[in-house]
Amino acid sequence: MTKRYLDYLDQLEAEAIHIMREVAGQFEKPALLFSGGKDSITLVRLAEKAFRPGKFPFPLVHIDTGHNFPEAIRYRDELAERLGEKLIVRNVEETIKRKNLSEPKGRYASRNALQTHTLLETIEEFGFDACIGGARRDEEKARAKERIFSVRDEFGQWDPKRQRPELWNIYNGRITKGENVRVFPISNWTELDVWNYIKREGIALPNIYYTHERECLVRDGKLMAWSDFIFQEPDDVVVTKQVRFRTVGDMTCTAAVESIAHDIDGVIAEILESKISERGATRIDDKLSETAMEDRKKGGYF
Amino acid sequence: MDILRFITAGNVDDGKSTLIGRLLYDTKQIFADQLEAIESSGRVNEDGQVDLSLLTDGLKAEREQGITIDVAYKYFSTERRKFIIADAPGHIQYTRNMVTGASNSNLSIILVDARKGVQEQTRRHSIISSLLGIPHLVICINKMDLVGYDEQVYDQIVEDYKQFARKLRAKEITFIPVSALKGDNIVEGSELTMPWYQGPSLLEHLEQVPVSQDFNLEDARFPVQYVIRPLTAEHHDYRGYAGKVISGTYKAGDKVTVQPSGQSTTVKSVELGGRLLEEAFAPMSVVLQLADEVDISRGDVIVKAADNLEVAQEFEAEICWMHNKALKPGAKLLLRHNSTETRCVVRHIDYKIDINTLDHLEDVDQVQLNDICRVQIKTASPLLLDKYADNRSNGGFILVDETSFATVGAGMVAEIAY
Repeated sequence: MTKRYLDYLDQLEAEAIHIMREVAGQFEKPALLFSGGKDSITLVRLAEKAFRPGKFPFPLVHIDTGHNFPEAIRYRDELAERLGEKLIVRNVEETIKRKNLSEPKGRYASRNALQTHTLLETIEEFGFDACIGGARRDEEKARAKERIFSVRDEFGQWDPKRQRPELWNIYNGRITKGENVRVFPISNWTELDVWNYIKREGIALPNIYYTHERECLVRDGKLMAWSDFIFQEPDDVVVTKQVRFRTVGDMTCTAAVESIAHDIDGVIAEILESKISERGATRIDDKLSETAMEDRKKGGYF
Repeated sequence: MDILRFITAGNVDDGKSTLIGRLLYDTKQIFADQLEAIESSGRVNEDGQVDLSLLTDGLKAEREQGITIDVAYKYFSTERRKFIIADAPGHIQYTRNMVTGASNSNLSIILVDARKGVQEQTRRHSIISSLLGIPHLVICINKMDLVGYDEQVYDQIVEDYKQFARKLRAKEITFIPVSALKGDNIVEGSELTMPWYQGPSLLEHLEQVPVSQDFNLEDARFPVQYVIRPLTAEHHDYRGYAGKVISGTYKAGDKVTVQPSGQSTTVKSVELGGRLLEEAFAPMSVVLQLADEVDISRGDVIVKAADNLEVAQEFEAEICWMHNKALKPGAKLLLRHNSTETRCVVRHIDYKIDINTLDHLEDVDQVQLNDICRVQIKTASPLLLDKYADNRSNGGFILVDETSFATVGAGMVAEIAY
């Protein structure tokens, strides 16, 4: 008898594809949230596996803060074009103007929280009932608690105490009008799993994931990409470093790490050696309080 | 490399979160910044060491109260295996969250405090693990450091547990004496403190437990989730059935039947992402194309023609009730089984299971939150069912409230009437 054995990457892939197809089967108006980062790029590959040779049963949706890395935006547009899939972009900038919102100021100013406004508006505009996202449980302790189908109320809020029990591979996507479900197909993947998958699948990434020379501000021991968006203080030091990004979010709250990894094997080797977690190394926004992520999620953020 | 999914259970304060913290810490899977974050919280245990339980208690309310409310999922890997841990709450009011964690696990670690021995929650969690068909149970007798690493204390607890466990359905029960706090027998052995124990450390055991046999590869079941119809020039007549092989195997040429309609045809191809596969087996997600045009939609199940089939609308099941609103006979609910949703009625409650003794309590008129009971169910449309004991992937279902859409029950098929 042949040995029937599924490698861990195949198991994770099979689980994620199953989840995506449940979204397609259970919802009227789903969307896949796409930022041009490695996790959502992985989601797009999984969607190809789940639905080809058919088209995706959902559009790609990007909530653009206006402070994104140009490399990620270029990648986003090229990918949607190459796949022939629909891309919807909504801009935080426009929400700020239209709703006369106040932008955070000062040293830690970021549009991270404002992104939630645009996301919720976009969900309402298109009537999305399910939004697929690339969050992973290994990223953060509050995320470690979240279900794969995470029901949000009409304000997009997560209530950890009212989560539905989630049994076997059966996902309950029943909601009342106005509510929506956030779906996380790669919940059970780790940072290393994502990189190993990208390697196995030969997926091209925006070049900021690999080492390059960049002007950075040193802030609280972290290297922030120098840009027009970042809050500058008179005593800020700008240095030129060989860096890469472990996560790609807003330029104002995503730090670079020093790196010599010019290809995927180099990246994997660096992650294996790293003593700092992905978000610990790179995210300013998580550090603002002990419950920063939990509080953001309760407010409608991913 | 394969994956072992396991759950940690046991009474509050038996040290589950500490055990997980220790597993992660001693396998060097805790990052410096995460450690720093819990160090800076200022919470220490009686030894003045950092409180490793803070690694898994991720919610504000949990850290405030010092108890685990919901399942936390944690990940680590060794050279042999990737591990997914469901850290389940021990508190009785959160039993439904323990069931959530247990439903996808191949192994249960049940912690027993060496000073207290087998407790009500030990039995409750063992019974739930057993009902949910978790094949491997590991009883970790923890806090051995607090009983002077005494072999007799360990032997007595093992004896007591075996006495109780005779009624359980678990395939395999393993006992390991540990101290999660000190790290004895978690990753490293315990030659110095417990020379009398000859078995593997917890991690060694977790690395060795066979998991591939836990999938049913006999009875082929393929619930259709989604029909792929590109309708493009290139794929004009393409019709692919997307789904997961939840049990068994499929390859081109296999004779299959579509349930519940009963139409028969042959598998034309097995594909994934537009590429042909020689064979698909559980738990792969694939696309099947069939030789004939048959009417198939989401919720239908493609089975091998030769398989034993039980298409039924009436069956008996064990239910874990998960809602504050009591379950009463005559209740109408939504039932979700794989990709199918149908209405159902709970016609009769046969008995409630006494969680301490596994005895049957008959003549019950309602079932409360966290109760486990046996019921008779009738569904509006026919389902292709297996008994949970025969096929874990096709014998489980959930019950959903018709108006709030809350998931109110977890069900396991026990007997099928046909």
